[in-house]
Formats: sequence, C-alpha cells, structure tokens
Amino acid sequence: MSRDSKQLRYAETHEWVDVAEENGERIATIGISKFAIEALNDLVYMDLPEVGRKLAIGDEFGEVESVKAVSPLYSPVAGEVVAVHTELPDNLEGLNEDPYEFGWILKVKLDGEPAETLMDHATYEKQCAQAG
Amino acid sequence: MRNQQSAQLLFELSRPGRRAHRLGEPGVPTTDALSGFDDRFLASDPPPLPELAEGDVVRHFVGLSTLNMSVDTHFYPLGSCTMKYNPKRNERIASLPGLADVHPMQDPSHLQGLLEMLYELQEMFAEISGLHGVSLQPAAGAHGELTALLVAEAYFRSIGSSRNIVLTADSAHGTNPASAQMAGFQTKTVKSNADGLVDLDDLAAKLDENTAVFMLTNPNTLGLFDRNIEQMNKMVHDAGALIYLDGANMNAILGISRPGDFGADLMHYNPHKTFSGPHGGGGPGAGPICVRDFLTKFLPAPIVTRREIETAEGQTEWYYDLSEPTEHSIGRVRSFFGNTGVLARAYIYLRTYGGDGIRRVSEDAVLSANYLLSQVKHFLDVPHGDRCMHEFVASASRLKKDKKISAMDLAKRILDYGFHAPTVYFPLVVDEAVMVEPTETESKQTLDAFVEALFRITDESGDTVHEAPHSTRISRPDDVGAARRPVLHWSQPETPDDQS
Amino acid sequence: MSYLFHTDDDRREMLAAIGASSIDEIINDQVPQSVQLQRQLELPPAIHEMELTAELTRLADRNANANSHVCFLGGGAYDHFIPAVVDEIASRGEYYTSYTPYQAEVSQGNLQVMFEYETLITQLTGLGVSNASLYDGGSAATEAVLMALATQRGRNKVITSDVVHPQYREILAAYLRNIDAEIVVVAADENGCSAGIIDAIDDQTACVLVQHPNFIGGLEDVAAIAAAAKAAGALTIESFDPVSLGRLRRPGDMGVDIAVAEGQGLGNPLAYGGPYLGIMACREDLVRRLPGRIAGQTTDRRGKRCWVLTLQTREQHIRREKATSNICSNQTLLALRATVHLSLLGPEGLRETSDHCIAKTEYAKQVIVATERFEIVGEGPSLKEFVVRDRNGDVAELLEYARNHALLAGIDLGPMVGLQCEGTLTGLPDRYRDCFLVAVTEKRTRAEIDQWAEILCHAPQTAAC
Repeated sequence: MSRDSKQLRYAETHEWVDVAEENGERIATIGISKFAIEALNDLVYMDLPEVGRKLAIGDEFGEVESVKAVSPLYSPVAGEVVAVHTELPDNLEGLNEDPYEFGWILKVKLDGEPAETLMDHATYEKQCAQAG
Repeated sequence: MRNQQSAQLLFELSRPGRRAHRLGEPGVPTTDALSGFDDRFLASDPPPLPELAEGDVVRHFVGLSTLNMSVDTHFYPLGSCTMKYNPKRNERIASLPGLADVHPMQDPSHLQGLLEMLYELQEMFAEISGLHGVSLQPAAGAHGELTALLVAEAYFRSIGSSRNIVLTADSAHGTNPASAQMAGFQTKTVKSNADGLVDLDDLAAKLDENTAVFMLTNPNTLGLFDRNIEQMNKMVHDAGALIYLDGANMNAILGISRPGDFGADLMHYNPHKTFSGPHGGGGPGAGPICVRDFLTKFLPAPIVTRREIETAEGQTEWYYDLSEPTEHSIGRVRSFFGNTGVLARAYIYLRTYGGDGIRRVSEDAVLSANYLLSQVKHFLDVPHGDRCMHEFVASASRLKKDKKISAMDLAKRILDYGFHAPTVYFPLVVDEAVMVEPTETESKQTLDAFVEALFRITDESGDTVHEAPHSTRISRPDDVGAARRPVLHWSQPETPDDQS
Repeated sequence: MSYLFHTDDDRREMLAAIGASSIDEIINDQVPQSVQLQRQLELPPAIHEMELTAELTRLADRNANANSHVCFLGGGAYDHFIPAVVDEIASRGEYYTSYTPYQAEVSQGNLQVMFEYETLITQLTGLGVSNASLYDGGSAATEAVLMALATQRGRNKVITSDVVHPQYREILAAYLRNIDAEIVVVAADENGCSAGIIDAIDDQTACVLVQHPNFIGGLEDVAAIAAAAKAAGALTIESFDPVSLGRLRRPGDMGVDIAVAEGQGLGNPLAYGGPYLGIMACREDLVRRLPGRIAGQTTDRRGKRCWVLTLQTREQHIRREKATSNICSNQTLLALRATVHLSLLGPEGLRETSDHCIAKTEYAKQVIVATERFEIVGEGPSLKEFVVRDRNGDVAELLEYARNHALLAGIDLGPMVGLQCEGTLTGLPDRYRDCFLVAVTEKRTRAEIDQWAEILCHAPQTAAC
C-alpha cells in the first residue's frame, strides 16, 4: 500500500492529511510534506504528542527541528490522537526518503470534518512554488 | 610538529594510580571523624574522575589552548560581541588579594576600598547612561534584561496596572523575547522598515493599553542609530509604556549620546563588551542595569550606598555600606553581590580613559567600522546605507546567487586567512547576513588586510570556498550528526580500539 | 593612557576613504543633534598604568580578605585551596580572550574543554548530562525549578525548606513573582533536617528543591525525599557541594533528577561573590529542557573526532520567546578552572579534600564546645560547616572583635532570621538568632583552628556570663 501524494490534502503550514475508514471509524493520518522537509534541511529531532490527547484544529501537536531551526506542527483536524509513529524520531533520515508512507506522524480519530482551508495537491504545489 | 596527544581527552590520558594534587596529613585527629556519618550518606568510592599527573594536565590544557582563535592572537570582528583588546593591567589588578580573595559575606566595615570602587562604578554607569538608579547584581547582559523586566513588572503592579505585553524588534537579539518570557510577559514582534530601523507604523499598531515595555537596541543590530528615536520615545511614553534599551551596542555611543537622554527608562550594560572585560571563551560577563529614578526602589538589593561619618580625629569621611532591600525591591536575581571580578575590570578600564578618552573609544570604533564599510561595499552588498555606527551588516546573497558562496562559506574561508569570522546569519532581517564589528583596538593595517582577504575570497573558486577551512585542525564538523545522535559526555570504550 | 591604535594620519586617511571630513560628520549623520550629549562625561580623570596600579593596590589593601585574615566564612562560597596550575592555564589569552565557540574549527580548545567539563560533571553527579555552565549556584537552582515547571505541565507547586540557602530562595521568589507557581517552604527540624518535605508533597507538586549539605551544614536524607517525590510524580532537585562528593553519595545515585551546585569551590577565587560557576546536570531524558550551552562530540568531513555546540534549538538565539532560558554569555572560563582543578584532584584528591574538611570541622567543633560560652546548634556530623550559638554575647560584636584580630570567624545568622520576599519565607528559623555559621575548609590548620577558638573565647562579653 503506497500513499499517493496527489490524493492528499494539505495545510498552509505544510501538514498533509489522509482520511480513511478504519474499523468503522474515520481516521486522519497526518504527516509533513516533502516540500517542507526539504526546506527544513536535515531534520534532527521530532517531538510527538501523546496518544489520547484531544486536538482542536490549529493546535500545536509537536515540532520538528533542524540544527538551527524549529518548526511547530499544527493539527489540520479535530479529534483524539489514537496512534503516533514512535519509530520516526530515531529514523528521521527515513522521513526525508519517504514522507508519505514511512513518514506518517500521527493518526487522529476524527471529530467533525478537517479544516476547510485544506488544499488539494495542485493548489498546494502552487503555494509552494510562490514561496520559492 | 603538533603534539597529537592534545587531541586526546583527559579521560583517555588517565591511568589508575596517577596523581597530581596532594594535601598530606591534616594535623588534627582523624580517627572517628567519619563515624558520625550514617552509612546512607556515604559513597563507597569517590567519583570516577580521571587520574593524571600535574605535567599531563599542564601539557593537555596548554595544547588545547593553541586550537583557539582569540583576541590576543587574531583579529576577531565578531559583530555584536565587541571583541576589543583586554588590557593585561586589568587582569593583574583584579587578581590582587584585596579584590580576588574577598569573601562575599564579609562585613562592609572591613571592605571600604572595594565598596568605594563599586560605588564609584555605579556613579560612572549612571553618568554614561543618564539613568541614576544602578544595580550591579546581574551576571550577564541577558540576566540584566530579565532583572530590568522584573523591575518593570514590579513598577506596573505597584500602580495597579496589569500591562503584560513586551514588544521586541525583529532585529533584536534572541535574548530580548526570551527574557520577556522568563519575566512572565507575553511578547509581540515589531517589524523593521526598509531602512533597517523600527517600522513606526507597525510600532503604532502594536502599542496599546496592554503594552508594558518596548525593548529597543540602539544603535540597532545593523549598526544604525535609529534616527526616529525621539518620535518612538514620544509614542511609547504616550501609550503609558516604558522603553528598555539593550545596551549591547554601547561601544558606539560612549560620551556621544546617553540612553537616558534619548528616552530609555531601563537598560543594561555588557561590561565584558564595552568596558573590556575579557569574554572568557563564552563568559563570564556582567549585566549591570541602570533605571530612571522612579524605578530605583524596585531594584534588587544590595546597592552600594555612602554616608558621611566623623572619624576619631573629628574629621568627616565617607563610609560605604550595602543597602537593605526596600519593601518594593524585586529581591535578588543571583547569590551575593554580583560578578565583582568583571566589574572591577570595567572600573579599571574606565579609570584609564576618563571622560575625554572614553568618547575617543567610541569615535575610533565608529571610524574603523565606517572605514571597513567603505572598503567592503565595493565587492559585497551592504543593504542599509553607506554609513554606520560601530558595526555594519553586509549580505552575501549576491555571492550566493552568482557563485553559490554563502555567508557560512565566507565565514569558514576567512579562517584560513588568519582572521576570526564575522557574525553570520544575524540579524535575521538581512539575507545571508555578515555582521562586522572591528572595535577601536585594531590598526588600519589589520583592517586593510582583512578587506584584502575578504576580497580575494569573493574571487576564489566555489570549490575552494565550499571546502574551507583548509588550514585548521579540523574541517567542517557534522552538526547534523551531533544533534541527531547527541554524544554529550565521554564514556569508557568497550575495547581500546574504540578510542579513535 | 589608552589602548587606541589610530594615529592622526590613520584617521585622516580613513576619513578620506570614507568620504567624510570628520568623525563628527559621520556621527551627526547617524545621531540626531537633539539627543547628542553636548558636554564631556563627568568621569574621574584618566590616569596612566603606573599611577593606576599604585592607586588600586592601595584600594585593595584596605579590604580584609582570606589572605590577610584567617577565613572561616562559608555560606555558599569557600576558601578552598587553588593549585597554581589552575591560574596558570586560565590566564592564557587563548582561553580568556576568546568567545563562545561559534566557529568550531577555530575553537576546538574551548569546545573540548566544555566537553571534558560536562563529562567531569556527569562523573561527579552520577547524572547523564550536564550543560556547559550557568551563572552561579543560586540562579542555577532557580533555573532547575523553571525547568521542572516546564516539564511538569499542570503542576505548579515548588516545595523547599527553610534551611535551603536564604539567597537561593530569594532568587526563586524573584523569578517566580510573575509566574503561576506556588512556593511552599517547609520548616526543618531542630537538627536542621528537612524530612518534613516528604509530607508536603502532593499531586500538584512539580518539584522539590533540597540542599545537601544544607545552608546550616546539616545532612538531608535526599534518597528518601527523592523516592517520595518520584512516587508522587514530582522531580527532585538537589543543590549539592562538589567538594562534599569525595565522601557523600552522588545526586544521581540517590534518585535526584536535576542536580545544581555552586562551583566556586572548584578552583575559583572568592572575588566578593563573582564571577562564580553555576553547575547543572540532569537525567538524560530531560536534556531538551536543559538551559544553557551544551558541547557534543561529532566528526568533521574527514572523519576526525571533534566537538561542536549542539542541541542549540533549545536556546534563545533560535527559539527566542520559547527558549528553555534566556542565557547567552555563561561562565566558560570558570568551567575551565573547575575542569583543570578536578583534573588535578582526581578521585583520591577529591576524597582527601573531603576528609580534611570533615576532620578539621570535627576538631573545630570539639575545641569550640570545650568553652562555656559556645554551643553547637543541631546534632549530627558535618562536612565543613556548622552553626555555633553564643550563649551570652552579641554575635555582631563578637565577629567584629574577631575581625580586628585578623579573623573572619563566621557569618552572623541573626539578620537572616525570618526574612520574607514576595510572601515567601526566604530567611532562617528563629533558633538561629544568636548564632553564627562556621566553615572549615582543608586550608585551615590546627593552629588556626585553635587560634580561632581562643580569640572567640576572649572576646568581651556584653551580657552577664
């Protein structure tokens, strides 16, 4: 199973979201885009949220660090954190290589719809191109 | 001809049973001295420190010292850090027993010389700043910021105000917002305008009834004196807020302009920058603060005071004492008096210059920076004008576009030419920033040689520069690896082969 | 006298290159006339090196000090012996005239020293990680509390005791005055032991701050306190004395989460209170919350082992208002001195120093209680500090008499009794009102201790004996 980056939706702050049915629940899988990972340049640290934490749209759920920069991660959805990718912080090279499959960060059991401001892949690409 | 052992760690040089320092017999009865201690307090073995001979220790640390660039050995134009010459006389005097061996809990009655010096230093700091309340207690510039913000918070509380916002400039040192946060304030950032000065419209938009303090660096981190200072002064005070001056750049304006005269209500000095205290490889510094009269009662205690007393011979003389905290005082921000050793060096430095000489210091610092700017602008962009105060910020962005030579590359390559690098990537408002502060204690020949080196680098091939430095003991270190898998202390290797 | 370089010719040439007629022209271009100082600063007149040296030497000679007097003062700063090598190394310009190692390639000396310092502190404390230094022992204790509050979100209670250094508690109160946290100061028992902390720990407790040996020289059952704190989900901060660790158990071996100390006693001069050395070490998993600079090991492009500043995203220059602390300049030179000092001591030297302190302190206690006039306050052994009560004198006058006999005999505890700051008890309990605190380091000789007791016994008595 491979996640197609073109089918995902994206936040202005570079998180991607994939919503799917799992065991009758609507689960959002969240990660960060290839563009953001490349812009941050050699990630060295990631801070993950705790399972069970309730998130609202726009909440800061963690952060990623390069040697000289810190970027907070914002939740594009509301709901409860049901899983976090605990292998990721120790394998950040893998995030660079495979941001959409190995690079998932957390799964959230949805409470309502994802943020309305989420973009489709084409719109997001356009935003990135403008940012330069 | 380098001694390769100097790259070994103390722990690798260690051999069981080797020993340097010994005390000998204590000369008092020792039997039963330990018997009073319950077993739960005692360790079976002392900590596993390395075991070395005195000669090991000396050769090791002398060897390591030769791997550093320093002001004593190299031109060190590290912007914002004022790496000026550190007079040797200051070191000698500060280590006299009557200064270096004084215990902090001694009674003032037997410390009249020291307290007189510290009192005079308070007076000098007040005169230079134009602000008359002085606390010598803070241990560094950032500590001074925190202390002054606690003073501001105490002031607002005393007048029943709940103002809780501190405004900082986007070009400010990171210590400004960090200090505000530690003091319990929330921070908002004020933008710089195209000229590199505070954007007055943005300042006006962010000033409101919740603004407690506007933290200003003037001259700012671009080395520019903010020509709108009077307008800002009026805007901030009309809004009922206070102005804090980050004194990091005081070396530019000694005897030329006083913070108290241009509107600052509180400020700190960095005596290790402005008043020649050595930087010590990262510290110690000191961070004395000056405040306007109405804020004096909130300062931490003790402050040195004096009063006239009558001597046995019927004459009057000054008696120096330490103040008790007032009921309004914020308390204290560190133990004991302050970084007296650093303050003593500042005092000695100021005594060598006097009122006339100290202005000359700033004039020559400004002259040297403008001279460097006038030469560097021929081959590097200097985005904020042809004139500056004591430092300026060039940009390597064109070089990066044309030859992929970044500010970092430039910094690394200049090391090969025997100069310490300027500050790079700060302030954040300039792309590929290269921040140069020559100070007043460098000759024209040195400045010319530095310009020549910079120019040659801009002419070099990208490969040469990207691989720099070539002549240092190590090449560029792997910062990413260091942060991903931190190794923060030495550990006993499992096999001897692991000692690379 | 001055340290300036430029000759008048230099200045003319430089101005010509700039295209300015004078330095004033440059200044007038930058600084509005209205905020320029129109007079000369009123500072004492400039004097030359020879005169300055003579004047400052006279000024220094007017201060009693640990050289002119025999020093029994402690209270967080001690007259420990400093081997010559420490001064010799630290007075090398390559160390003291360099700055923070922003360019690792030309700062390997300082960076390796920082890494060695951090390693020595982990060896000393038994904890996994140390920073490269903070300002002093007092502010380090408060930084540890801030770190604990940040780690323990949702808990805001800080428990400490009334025999933790009064100044350390004053700093704590000042830093927390505008922050949502509550300081609880537990009363120690009459022997100066703070076991009562255990009963005060609850589910709102973020951390416990205990000093061992504490301000009045008493020993604390740190292991028991740490166990209780851990059971309640709180962190334990111990303020320790590095010189005590030649004999006492290490913080990390007693379950302490964050250990802080005043490092002055490791090769740094008394210098009337500073610059000193704030030591801070913690459990490895707390490193992201640790304030201050940290040096780490890595390799260069050719694979050679080297050292860099690392984990910098914790710091103010990157994280700004979200940084773990605002610290920028630290105390590297004093950390260097401590590193050299510990290298010279080694394990046996540290143990010998502790043992000298213990034996001489015990001897001092014996000779002082042999008199009618004085008693020791509190039972139990001491490492190097204890409290003496003057049964019938005025402590301030007693100590003044001693000073006039070239003796710094102790610290008057009376003025510290009952002090308050921001509603927090920062002072000492009432039982120390007629008392003074005595410190006996390895430097004191039997003759000096005998003389100390004798001078104190002969001091005039104000009350009836």
